[in-house]
Formats: sequence, structure tokens, C-alpha cells
Amino acid sequence: MEVSSAEAALSVSASSIRITDVTQDGDVLTFALTSQKLDSSAGVCVFRIYEDFDWLQQSLFSQENLPGLQGIIFPPLPSKALPSQSNTQTKALKQLGFLALGQDWQSYCKALEFYLQQVAAHPTLCKCKALDSFLFNSESPGKQRGRKGIFNRLSQAVEEMRKESHKDVDNFFQNERNKNTNLAALSKVATEKLLDVVMTEQKLALACGHFSTSLHLCVNQDDASAVAFSKVCLKLSDVIEAVKRNLEKVASNNLSTLGLGLDLESRYQEAEKEMLFRRTCKLIELETVKKGTEKAKANKREVLEAFQKAVEKEFNLISSVAKQEIERFHSSHVNVLKNFLIGWCEVQLNTAKEFAELYSQHLEACRNMYSE
Amino acid sequence: EDISSSSNGPKAEPMLLDHDPDDLFAEATEEVSLDSPERQMILSDGPSPAITPVTINPRADVFDRSPDQDEDEEENRDTFDIQISVSDPEKVGDGMNAYMAYKVTTKTSLSIFSRDEVCVKRRFSDFLGLHSKLASKYMHIGYIVPPAPEKSIVGQRLGRRSSAVTELDPDAKACLCCRYLLRTVKQPALLKDPDVLQFLESSELPRAVSTQALSGAGILRMVNKAADAVNKMTIKMNESDAWFEEKQQQFENLDVQLRKLHASVESLVFHRKELSVNTASFAKSAAMLGNSEDHTALSRALSQLAEVEEKIDQLHQDQACADFYLISELLGDYVRLITAVKGVFDQRMKTWAKCQDAQVMLQRKREAEAKLQHANKPDKLQQAKDEIREWEGKVQQGERDFEQISKNIRREVGRFEKDRVKDFRVVIIKYLESLVHTQQQLIKYWEAFLPEAKAIA
Repeated sequence: MEVSSAEAALSVSASSIRITDVTQDGDVLTFALTSQKLDSSAGVCVFRIYEDFDWLQQSLFSQENLPGLQGIIFPPLPSKALPSQSNTQTKALKQLGFLALGQDWQSYCKALEFYLQQVAAHPTLCKCKALDSFLFNSESPGKQRGRKGIFNRLSQAVEEMRKESHKDVDNFFQNERNKNTNLAALSKVATEKLLDVVMTEQKLALACGHFSTSLHLCVNQDDASAVAFSKVCLKLSDVIEAVKRNLEKVASNNLSTLGLGLDLESRYQEAEKEMLFRRTCKLIELETVKKGTEKAKANKREVLEAFQKAVEKEFNLISSVAKQEIERFHSSHVNVLKNFLIGWCEVQLNTAKEFAELYSQHLEACRNMYSE
Repeated sequence: EDISSSSNGPKAEPMLLDHDPDDLFAEATEEVSLDSPERQMILSDGPSPAITPVTINPRADVFDRSPDQDEDEEENRDTFDIQISVSDPEKVGDGMNAYMAYKVTTKTSLSIFSRDEVCVKRRFSDFLGLHSKLASKYMHIGYIVPPAPEKSIVGQRLGRRSSAVTELDPDAKACLCCRYLLRTVKQPALLKDPDVLQFLESSELPRAVSTQALSGAGILRMVNKAADAVNKMTIKMNESDAWFEEKQQQFENLDVQLRKLHASVESLVFHRKELSVNTASFAKSAAMLGNSEDHTALSRALSQLAEVEEKIDQLHQDQACADFYLISELLGDYVRLITAVKGVFDQRMKTWAKCQDAQVMLQRKREAEAKLQHANKPDKLQQAKDEIREWEGKVQQGERDFEQISKNIRREVGRFEKDRVKDFRVVIIKYLESLVHTQQQLIKYWEAFLPEAKAIA
């Protein structure tokens, strides 16, 4: 995410936010977090657990006196990771997708890092005091279970579905809702498919490992011909071992770049979906109120009209914030994907070069050996 | 020759061996005498020929196959020149009587063949029939007759107790049959065999009878039964030669190891194919994402991503081919060859047993004669003396047979072991070539994609 210096209201430099370490104690992951205030050169390091992140998110949701808050596309927070042994890999994959893979929670930490950077880079959200406390207080701020936000996750209830498809009064928003529904679904599928690819790459690497080990066991020193054959088997074993490392690297590259990128994209589309849904709900509320006002008896009418005006004002505020958010989202999502695609391509290119070199060396060595 | 594609299973290259760099014959690097009374036994040819056009190396000198220095003593400087291909599987007939026919092409300059180039049509059971005839003629004197091609692979999945039987697709079968013929003609005795010549040359071949029993698996079972029977006969063979005991043990071990390796590679091939399927699926989803994206440059980049993934899928398929045709089939061939080797050892034991039996008989006859000496029955005595001579002859023959088969086996095993090393070396090199090629293709794809990604404004 690009942070322009024009956003001087920030007290923290978004790009300086890093999760530098993670430790696991039973079921609890503790993250070491460093960041830098704009007006200082010193970094601040704090320790946080998932509940602290959740507290931050809830605090952002429940800010008061922020007009059109519901029109904001909130940076998506990854689900809580449950690292206990009883959690099988399939469960973890279902819950976290790509973020469950990789060594030592690297991807998960990266995702949390992105989350914080995006909050800090958001023109409105960065001003939230909760962010400051979260980043700079040595005490973990999550102790106080805050008020529950005014938002619920989109539930799958039938009623919600009906609301979701409610016709819009504004073409711009109707289009955006349609596109977003489409993109959200497609990016989710693409993420899942890439996950399948990575899992298979890992399985293939494992199979190579088994084969390589079996070849290693064929060593036999009984006589001259057995020795010659053993040498050949060992050579093949080495080659297969290289193939295994190759696959592991390719899988890890996919995971740490494109996988992470698609995962983020997919969750961000969902975040936009949630925002649009909130606006739609407000729209429904407004239309309901309007109908009520029309039907009202004369004595109630004035009150209801005032109420209607208030709702309308809220709705319009939400819509205007939403419009800005949508535009911001469109340009930033292109940038984010661009960076991930470049990163992915570069890292895979390097791996391909590395292993082309390695295999060539093996080939050269074999040709020399066997022509004797 | 066209590559006939199959819907499942790796694509096989037609078996024209001109461009097989390990094809000894194309290069005439190995010198074999056809007429030497010593009967040079050359076992097992090079491994499967090229897998895909992409990885084929048409240069025959891709690595040096200089003639071995310690070839058997008497060598005529004849060049051994024969190329065989098995291709164009074609369905013949309808319904219950339908079968698959293969085109067998032989190109040669050898004088024992009536023409330079011969093309015949053979069905699978013909191959089995040929093998059964050769086995019955040559196995008992200690020649390792190349095992018959098998219709299906009996493979064992890792971690599962039952074996899975997979029917080979026609292209893989063609490959298998071709390797079988090559191994067969490499042995000068077999090459000269009228059944082999007839198989390669005559347009009509009498149907092989009861091919069920003759199927590779069937032969295997027969050989194994014979082996078991021999063992159960408690032939406590006084092995005067420790070499045979050691070798037998080695082959037992090798058998176990090769089967494990084969199962391991099958798992590899399976996962590689799975990867190909998943990659294609991802490519499609990326393409759909690209189509729905409004931003032009991003949409373009995502479409390019989809294309790159499709190309990578193709690379996976090619690599799966290499895995299968180079490594898996090599191991499979050797598992089958070991069975033939073990069969020949068992034949030696049978020969020994026969020799022993003859000696026992001779002893009895002598004892009988001794008894008759004291009785007064001149004509019975004469008969007894005749029988003694007869059995002395048999004992001598038996001892000669035993010596001959032992000698043959020693030589056969020596060849086998040398060829084994050669075959594996060739495979490693080919496999590495395919790996290098794949990486170079990948580099090309990534280098082409990078500017697209960077162009996203």
C-alpha cells in the first residue's frame, strides 16, 4: 500500500509497521510488532496476541461521531489461528486457507502485518486513538472487552440474502454491487484452486523424497558390478532429491507471493461486500421509514418526517463515503495485485534459473563420468 | 510416424529408434558376432526411447557408447544393424472378436533377413506366443529369455496391501512390445531363431494358442510355481560354486528393492498428473478473474497469468511422461527381467537334480548288475550291462549339460549386470535432459510474463 506524505495526520508511518517475530505457547501466539512514529527515528516494539487485534478491529467498528462510518471498507482481519495439535491441517486450511501453510506462521504474520499497514494508511481510520494505543502502548490494550461493534458479519440467513439482492436506487452502486459479487466469488475460487496446486506440489515433493530414500537404500558393496550399480542408484537419488527441493521451493514461492496476494484480494472483496451490504440495509431502512411516513396519521407525521430526514442524511453520508472508498479500493487493489504478481514472477524466475543451473551441473557431471 | 494420443496415460512416442541416442544399432557402436560359436549373449537393450518430441535428442552422439573392451574373446567385426519400431495401434474387428493390431517395422541390413525393410501387423497375443516358444527352447540351457510384455501393470501403491492392476493404454503397450523385441534380437542366438525371423517378416502368423496361459503374468506364475516346486522338492544342492549362491541371494534382494522403487515411482507419476490437473484448473479460474476485471492492464496481466499456468500444465504433463517412460518403465522392465534371471537359476537346479537322478539310477543299475553276477542268467546280465552303459551316458550328458548351463549363466549374468549399469546411466542422463529442458522453458515463460506484470499501471 502506498502511503503518501500528504497524509500528515498520521502519527505512524504505515510502511514501517512490521511483525518481526512470533512465539507459540500452547494455543497462544504472541506477535512482536515494531513500528515508527512519523516524527521520530526510533522504532517502538510491542507484543500482542490475536485478541488485541480483534480489540483494534472492534474499536474501529464502534467509533462514535464519525459520519458515514458504515460506508468505510474496513481492512479485513484474518481469522484467529488455532495452532493446537488437536487442530488437524484440514481444519486449519478450511479456516485460514493459505495463511495456515508455510513455516512458522510466516504467511499469517504477513497477513496481520498487511492489515495493520492498511489501517494505518487509511485516511480516516488512521486517526483512531485505538490504533495509537495498539501500536505504542507497552500494555496490551485488549484487556478491556470493548463494546461490540455495530456490525455483524454477513450471515447466511435467508433474510440476509433477500436484503443483499435488494434493488438499488443508484446505478453506480448497483453496478458496483454486481461487479463485487462476481469478483468476490471468482477471487475466492482462484485462491482455492491455487491452494490445491500448492498442496499437490508439496505431496509430489514428498513422493520424490520417498523415492530418493528408497534409491539410497539400494547400496550394495558385494562385488565390482554391485558397486557400479550402487553408484548409479546414488546418483539418481541425488537427482530426485534435487527435484524434491525444486518442488518445495516452487510451492513456497507460490504460497508467499501469489497465494498471499489472492488471499488478501479475496478477503478485501468480501470487506467491500460487507460495506455495500450495510449501505443496502440502510437503504431498506430508509425506504421502510418513507413508507411509514406516508401512511402516518397527521399527528405523527411531523415526528416521522424528522426521523426520515435524519435517516436520509445518514444514508447520503454513507453513500458519499462509500463512493470515495470504492474509488480508493479500485486503485489500491490494482496496485496490490501488481506488486504480488511482480514478486511472484521474480521469485519463480530465480528458482527456475537456480535449478536450471543445478540440473545442468548434474548433467555435465554424469556425461563426464559415464563417458569414461 | 504420428504420435497417437491417448486420453489417459502419458503420450508415447512412436517407437522409431533412429533418434534414440542410446540405440546401439543406429550407431553400430557395439560389435557383436553372429557366427561365433561362443554365442555372444547380449542382454537387455537400452531403455525406452524418446518420450516426447520436446525432450528428444535426435543427435545420436549425445553421449559416448564406445564398445566395451572386455567383450567376449572371439568377435567378428560384423556391424549389427537392425532397427525395430512398433506403432499405429489399430482396432480390428467388432464386438467380442475385436483386438488391437500393431504395425511392426523392421529395418536392417543383415543378410538373414530377406528384405531391407519389412512391415507386418501383429496383435498382442502374437508377442506372447513368440515369447513362449523362445522360453521353451532356450530357458533350460541357461539363456535369459527376455520376459513377455504384459497387458497390465501389477503395481503396488505405497502403503496399500493390495495390488492395483492397471490396463496399459495402446501407446504404452506399443512401447513395451518394442522394447521386448529389441531385447530379443540383441541376443544373436535368438535373432537367428526361425520363430523370431518369422515373427518379424512373414505377413501371416498362425494364431498363438491359449494365450491366456501365455500371458506374461501367466508365465511369471508358471516360473514362480516351478521355482516353488523346486524349492519344495528339497533339492539340497551341494553347491560347489559359491558364486551361484551369492548371486541368487543378490537377485533376491534386488527383486525386492526394484519392486519398492517401482511402487515409489508410480506414486510420483500419479501426483505429477494430479498437479497437472490442478494447474489447469487454476489457470481457468485465473482467466475468469481476468475477464471480470475492469482495469485493462490488470485484466491483461491476469489473462497472461492464466496462459503461463496453462503452459506450465503442459510442462507437468511432459514431465509426467518422462517420469513414466524413463524411470517407471525401466524399473518395471527390470522387475520382469529379474524374474527371468531367477527362472534360469532354477533351471540350473533342475539340471543338477536331473544329473543327480541319473547318478542314482546308474548306481542302482550297477548294484543290480553286481547281484546278477552271482546268479546264472547270462541274458539278464547282458541287459544289465547295456543299461549301465546307457545310464553312464546319461550321467555324462547330465554333467555336460550342468557345466554348460552353469557356464552360460555366468556369462549371462555378467552381461546383465553390465547392461543394467548402462541402462540406468542412460536413463539418468535422459531424465536430467528433460529436467534441464523444463527449467529452460519455465525461464522463458517467466521472463515473458514479468514485463506484463510490471506494465500494470
